[in-house]
Amino acid sequence: MSKTTGRKTYTRANKPLVWFPFAGGGLVAALMLPVMIFVTGIAVPLGLIDAEALSYERVHAFAANPLGKIILFGVLVLPLWHAAHRFRMTIQDLGARTSGARSVVAALCYGFGMVFTLLCLAALLSFW
Amino acid sequence: MSDDTTFTLEVLRYNPESDDVPRAEKFTVPYQEDWVVLDALNWVKDNVDGSLTYRWSCHMAVCGSCGMMINNEPTLSCKAFLRDYLKDGTGTITVGALKNFPIEKDLVIVMDSFMEKLEAVKPWIIRSTEKPLDEGTFTQLPKQLKRFKRHTMCINCLLCYAACPQVGLNPGFIGPAALALAHRYNLDTRDQGKDLRKDVTASEDGVWECTFVSACSEVCPKDVEPAGAIQEQKIESSIDWALDHLIPGRKAR
Amino acid sequence: MSRKPYEPTLPNTWWLEKPFYIRYMLREFTSFFVGAYVAILIVGLWQLSQGPDAWGSFLGVLSHPASVVFHVLAFVFATFHTVTWFALTPRTTPIMRGDHFVPPGPIIGAQYAVWAVASIVVLVAVLW
Repeated sequence: MSKTTGRKTYTRANKPLVWFPFAGGGLVAALMLPVMIFVTGIAVPLGLIDAEALSYERVHAFAANPLGKIILFGVLVLPLWHAAHRFRMTIQDLGARTSGARSVVAALCYGFGMVFTLLCLAALLSFW
Repeated sequence: MSDDTTFTLEVLRYNPESDDVPRAEKFTVPYQEDWVVLDALNWVKDNVDGSLTYRWSCHMAVCGSCGMMINNEPTLSCKAFLRDYLKDGTGTITVGALKNFPIEKDLVIVMDSFMEKLEAVKPWIIRSTEKPLDEGTFTQLPKQLKRFKRHTMCINCLLCYAACPQVGLNPGFIGPAALALAHRYNLDTRDQGKDLRKDVTASEDGVWECTFVSACSEVCPKDVEPAGAIQEQKIESSIDWALDHLIPGRKAR
Repeated sequence: MSRKPYEPTLPNTWWLEKPFYIRYMLREFTSFFVGAYVAILIVGLWQLSQGPDAWGSFLGVLSHPASVVFHVLAFVFATFHTVTWFALTPRTTPIMRGDHFVPPGPIIGAQYAVWAVASIVVLVAVLW
């Protein structure tokens, strides 16, 4: 329903569709990303952790497990949408003010989220 | 320091009859240790230029009308002691109209848009059925009062609107004070109007425009917490939205 | 007398005006690193689904010095996201016990405890 006051009509928005993943993803990212970045991006490449930790056999076995798939999906896709939404608002902060500019920014950011969500699903569902 | 110590009060002035943009004007003002910026403005108006225009009333941080940018920070000029801005009573203090509002003249802003937003969130107790007088008063537990008491302290001084970049970026945004007041009435156990307010607070121009910059809560002279109040409403509106879409017939919205 | 209010516009450089706003913008910009890192991992997951050679070349890219530099930056920003996210939680979800609000300290502390446990679990799982 909508409310008209003075000269303006207000209607409830569908923003929770993007706000839920933003908030949930923010929490998951806060808890999981620092240690994940440390392992995959710093420690293993620099040899602080033995490369065997990320060997094909080990990672494949984890990702082939249904529980592993669910964990990977949650840990990757929720922060992905968190980032997509927050980055959209950041671009607005930096000067995308007109409704046209805001629509383009939203399409690009959520499009990024959608493409990588599908890629993640395609990868996870392609082997068991 | 001697009694004739003076400082420079730089006022961003705007005269709609002769100016197209605001211009800075400097006044030399005597320094008094117990003066606030509002006292300095009053001294200028009484002794130098009677056309200097600004709003004030109570001089004690209750009426909420003397808010302005002091050294580019939204501040109540009645709470801004000169001694906190000056070294040995000398130096410069800059004063300008509150940000993010049209300027009517000098330090007076046009606050019509805020009044409309405030009215839109219905900041009063709404009852679907009035309680008959012979049933006595409403009772409210200390913890029920405590839950929203903080947000009742708002004096509509609009410092939070001047601090909020989202207000500046999107003039339609309902804004911190009005959303905090909506939350205050939503949380009041005597109120039954939450559903009506949500049409406004959960709209595109409502809580979703907020990005939790949190500057509103920082500048509030009465320790209201608009930023927190808005995030709480985002969570509640999101749950509401989800239930509306998951449960058939929960609400025709 | 007719009115002629001056209509100011907020410059796009508003966030450079005060340290408080700069800190906010840094917090929002963590989304760039969160999104980029997660997107890289999703590409890695896709490479994993393509077999050992593809996974090996992904690990090779991660070992490139530029990649390590990126991940160190990403680690710093992701940790900043974690710290700022935890700091805001007491305000987004205030908790009342009896007649009083629970002070921020215990709420923030509890999150750090969960963060530590989650990070240790990941490290143990990787090193096992």
